[in-house]
Amino acid sequence: MTTLTAVGHRKTRLRRQVRTGLLYAALVVVIVLLLFPFVWMILTSLRTQVQNTSPVPVWIFKPTMGNYRSVLEQHHFIQYTWHSFVVAVLATGIGLVIGLPAAYTISRYKQRGLAFAILAARITPYITFLVPWFAAFRFLHMVDTYTALVSTFLIVSLPLIIWLMITFFDDVPGDLEEAAKVDGAGEAEAFFRIVIPLSAPGIVAASILAFIFSWNQFLFALVLSGPHTQTVPVAVFNFITYGEINYGGLAAAAVLITLPVVVLALFIQRWIVQGLTMGAVKG
Amino acid sequence: MRGSWIDRNLSWVFPLPAVAAVLLLVLGPILTNLIFSVQNRSWGTFPPPSFAGLGNYVSVFTDSRFWNSVLNMAYFTAIAVPTETVLGFAVALLLNRDFYLKGVIRSLVLLPMIATPVAVGLIWSLMMNPELGILNYLLQVVHLPRSLWATSSKLAIPSVALVDIWEWTPFMTLIILAALQSLRTDQLEAATIDGANAWQRLFKIIVPVIRPAIVIAVVLRTIDALKTFDIIYVITQGGPGTASETLNLYAFKSSFLYLRIGYASSLLVVLALIVVGVAAFLNIWTRGAKS
Repeated sequence: MTTLTAVGHRKTRLRRQVRTGLLYAALVVVIVLLLFPFVWMILTSLRTQVQNTSPVPVWIFKPTMGNYRSVLEQHHFIQYTWHSFVVAVLATGIGLVIGLPAAYTISRYKQRGLAFAILAARITPYITFLVPWFAAFRFLHMVDTYTALVSTFLIVSLPLIIWLMITFFDDVPGDLEEAAKVDGAGEAEAFFRIVIPLSAPGIVAASILAFIFSWNQFLFALVLSGPHTQTVPVAVFNFITYGEINYGGLAAAAVLITLPVVVLALFIQRWIVQGLTMGAVKG
Repeated sequence: MRGSWIDRNLSWVFPLPAVAAVLLLVLGPILTNLIFSVQNRSWGTFPPPSFAGLGNYVSVFTDSRFWNSVLNMAYFTAIAVPTETVLGFAVALLLNRDFYLKGVIRSLVLLPMIATPVAVGLIWSLMMNPELGILNYLLQVVHLPRSLWATSSKLAIPSVALVDIWEWTPFMTLIILAALQSLRTDQLEAATIDGANAWQRLFKIIVPVIRPAIVIAVVLRTIDALKTFDIIYVITQGGPGTASETLNLYAFKSSFLYLRIGYASSLLVVLALIVVGVAAFLNIWTRGAKS
């Protein structure tokens, strides 16, 4: 009897070990597939053109910073980064000023009509907005201005901010505002003094999300930006189409655009899914 | 009373700027687009725009390039979304288990969908380069034939769909993972005691619980897949020829390359109707299947 159970235990232990082994093997496969393009991008950015065009990939090499140096020096890259930064910050900031009060009344007064109108921005193809806006800005001689870029980027940032903040404001108990009103504060004052500070983590998350997606925006900037406002994604796209293929330089540029958003994203990972599903899924 | 006017009128004063923004940025352009779609119109002031009736729509439906772009869009979506759903589900089940460094690995899952799409397109087109790309080298290492990837007419759509799958499977994974957390372990344990095997537990208990999350994820992904622009434009620009030109790309080229605004606007109306129609269909269909 005792020997039988001992054999049984050994069998189940073996089975558990096999299962754990399979679990980790599957995880390794997933991680490799997930990260390989990033790793390859970084490796390419650290190699010389000769190493990058070798028919057999060079895995071991002395990393060079030359690609980064040439991208930063030759292509006005810093200027484009500044453009991207200004546009993304303005689209986020104006989005907050317009979006926070609206999200608050949508949450408190159940203004679903407004919420659905904003959802239209998420469903309609962006080019639908771009054609009339380009016509208008062309007529006003405002193509290649920050105004043109920021106002169209709001189509991206405002819905993200409003939908994410609705779910945050829903979670702030109404009792607190009632208590403030009993103390003589008006509803507007209660919003600024109580609701906003209590929702600070949500506001940070919404801002970062809006910033990331404004930073990543390609289509609006492709059409509406010019020498004075060109953003980094458009600049990098132009490196691909106009220049001879300089692998290391392209990869270095790709690393430089992606790095800021990746770092920011790690701070708000809990909220990203919630923001991208318009609050339908809580992460 | 302090601040009484604003307090009495808060419910319409607070959302006013957002309402103005939505009218100006979203609803106004949609309406303008509808008007443009029944006009002969180019970007210049000459010739002045003229009323075209349904002429643009007639041209759209008799344009073989339009039908080609619709098929490409459908092909792209039909490859990408189901693959992302199945893979996303599998990875979510995997990540829902207990393992070493769980938090770190979950954070890494985010990266593809948050990375700048232009950079994603760029790195994948370097990797898929037929002469020097790493993917062909890896195929060669395992003795498989080299591929032309996005530079071949046949493989252009599957290649860009592959990039979309890499970029957006994490989205599915994270949504399903969030839903899996609402699953109670006692339900699973009870089923195990009742003798249910792994497949039965998966389809009888896990799938019904996370079904609403899967529906949301599939609807959102389908909407976005139908209007994918960035990665296709960066990798192939619709080429070679029109082999990977989706309706969204064709509308973009019609307006900003061929400068046919009226025609492009009617393409966009058709695209918007397809997106809304498919989203509504998926919603009703999945709801109907549930009851």
